[in-house]
Amino acid sequence: MASVTYTQPPPRRSPGRRFAAFLYRHPRVQLSLLLATPLGWLVIAYLGSLAVLFLAAFWRLDPFTADIVKDPGLQNFQTLLDNPVYREITIRTVKIAAAVTITDAILAFPIAYYMARVATPRVRNLLVVLILMPLWSSYLVKVYAWRVILQEDGILNWALGPFGLHGPGFGEIAMWLVFSYLWLPYMILPLYAGLERIPDSLLEASGDLGARAGRTFRTIVLPLALPAVVAGSIFTFSLTLGDFITPNLVSSVQFIGNVVYANVGVANNLPLAAAFATVPVLIMIAYLLLAKRLGAFESL
Amino acid sequence: MSTQARERPSEAGEDAPQPAADVRLEGVRKSFGDVVAVDGVDLEIDQGEFFSLLGPSGSGKTTLLRIIAGFERPDDGTVWLADVDVTNKAPFDRDVNTVFQDYALFPHMSISENVEYGLKVKGVGKQERRSRAEEALQMVRLPGYGKRKPSQLSGGQRQRVALARAIVNRPRVLLLDEPLGALDLKLREEMQIELKRIQQEVGITFVYVTHDQEEALTMSDRLAVFNNGLIEQIAAPADVYERPATEFVAGFVGVSNVLEREGQRFVVRPEKIRILEQGEEPYAGAHVESGQVRDVVYVGMVTRYIVDLEAGGQLTVVRQNLETSSQDVLEARGAQVRLEWRPEQTYEIGERGQMEEDE
Repeated sequence: MASVTYTQPPPRRSPGRRFAAFLYRHPRVQLSLLLATPLGWLVIAYLGSLAVLFLAAFWRLDPFTADIVKDPGLQNFQTLLDNPVYREITIRTVKIAAAVTITDAILAFPIAYYMARVATPRVRNLLVVLILMPLWSSYLVKVYAWRVILQEDGILNWALGPFGLHGPGFGEIAMWLVFSYLWLPYMILPLYAGLERIPDSLLEASGDLGARAGRTFRTIVLPLALPAVVAGSIFTFSLTLGDFITPNLVSSVQFIGNVVYANVGVANNLPLAAAFATVPVLIMIAYLLLAKRLGAFESL
Repeated sequence: MSTQARERPSEAGEDAPQPAADVRLEGVRKSFGDVVAVDGVDLEIDQGEFFSLLGPSGSGKTTLLRIIAGFERPDDGTVWLADVDVTNKAPFDRDVNTVFQDYALFPHMSISENVEYGLKVKGVGKQERRSRAEEALQMVRLPGYGKRKPSQLSGGQRQRVALARAIVNRPRVLLLDEPLGALDLKLREEMQIELKRIQQEVGITFVYVTHDQEEALTMSDRLAVFNNGLIEQIAAPADVYERPATEFVAGFVGVSNVLEREGQRFVVRPEKIRILEQGEEPYAGAHVESGQVRDVVYVGMVTRYIVDLEAGGQLTVVRQNLETSSQDVLEARGAQVRLEWRPEQTYEIGERGQMEEDE
């Protein structure tokens, strides 16, 4: 067979090519170019505003001139501790956030389990769309819809009336209902992803070793799904903790967010608002440390 | 053990229930949608036997194992475990344990928690659980590994833990689903010997699924060769290799050296064929054919010659590289050769479907 020689043209030395070659030789430059924009955003806009918040928490308002005095002190935190109203609001906020989280976890588990392990791919995709659908509509529209449901001459009382029953009306129970409804998708989706990752063979192995369904659920499914539950609960807990619109619309009681809002806008006491705003941050840090302690991030 | 196995006829058609049979399948059938995975299988596995289900992927062997374990319910047929009909019993009500292909160790539990799991479920006391788990880990050569997590072990070690987790329950039957499939060759060969040792030590019946014919031949007392959801042959390894019942078995277990002469189809194994030297006289009574070497494959210990025969057909011949070098053997390409073999070392084979157990 006759041999054929192929001649290859030399690579062109265009500027783009040279730049690419430079990056290849200097991987650190490549990495910093890649991360410059997001890191810049994160440090300046995100961490920067947090830092200002923490700083402002130690400033104080001059009672006579209503000017902000920028010498640091703990007087805002002293006010929060001494005044029983703030303590009550904090406890109420955490209590409802916890109740919402537990409710959503209980509601989400069967749905997520069905989606991940039972449903056919068709049904599963349909369910994902259905669960995401409420997130496409405005938050306000949804809360106002609940107002219509819960108000005195609303749908709920109309439906319960014939049985001699009465709805909860506006208040803490209404808040719990609305929050549970609002954040449910944020619990279902991570839980679904977590349950889907558990291999079938683990459940089969448990049954093979003599465990019935209940025991397999308790000893295998639940511990392995715990990180997903924690991931979902971080959403439901922190979203409730920081909210101030729903409490305003379906109740007459206050959340941490309402106090912050009132102090920034009406009272113009930015330092006190900043101090109160650090409370949910501290609560979330404590919550995450507790979750870590419970081993929620270990089997990820 | 192997002599006992060899005495057993390869037909599973006899109806008399054998009291010693640990696993008995009757007319087991299973399909997934349009795909028939197991198409009517009868099978008896004796107490204490190392029994392999051998076949290519998709031949139904794993499905059959899962039916014995209870993970799948057959559409038709009966599964007996030690003369108890377990066809409709859940996995947790069957005295069998499974070693899974992906090991299926519980990632959130330590090794000893994994091994103790089955005992704990059955309510065995803590003290006994501890000692039995440690004993099982000792048996698989992992003593003192109890405190580690599965993620801290290598593939081979996880495989051993999976084995320990199953045998610690002392089941009547141990089911193994291609347990060595994910290991590299060296480790696999080590584990083959290890598995056989453990099986002889504990005396539990092993039902072993594999697609590796060498593995099945090395380890089994008897094996069943699967094809398209049917068993083509049940016999001891030597019988399957030397007297394959069908063309499929001949091809799957070993090299397919099938010739058709005077209307008869027969198989002759590559190592039974001799290449005659120039002018060498064949043995008296030997069958001689001539042909041309089409290809030579040097495999280190042996050389494979692929020879086109003048009378039609193609044979693979294996010759040990006793005195020849790779240079010598490669020069044989294209050469005219004469081959001889003894007629008694050829085995006539039938078509699929002539086997009694398939009908």
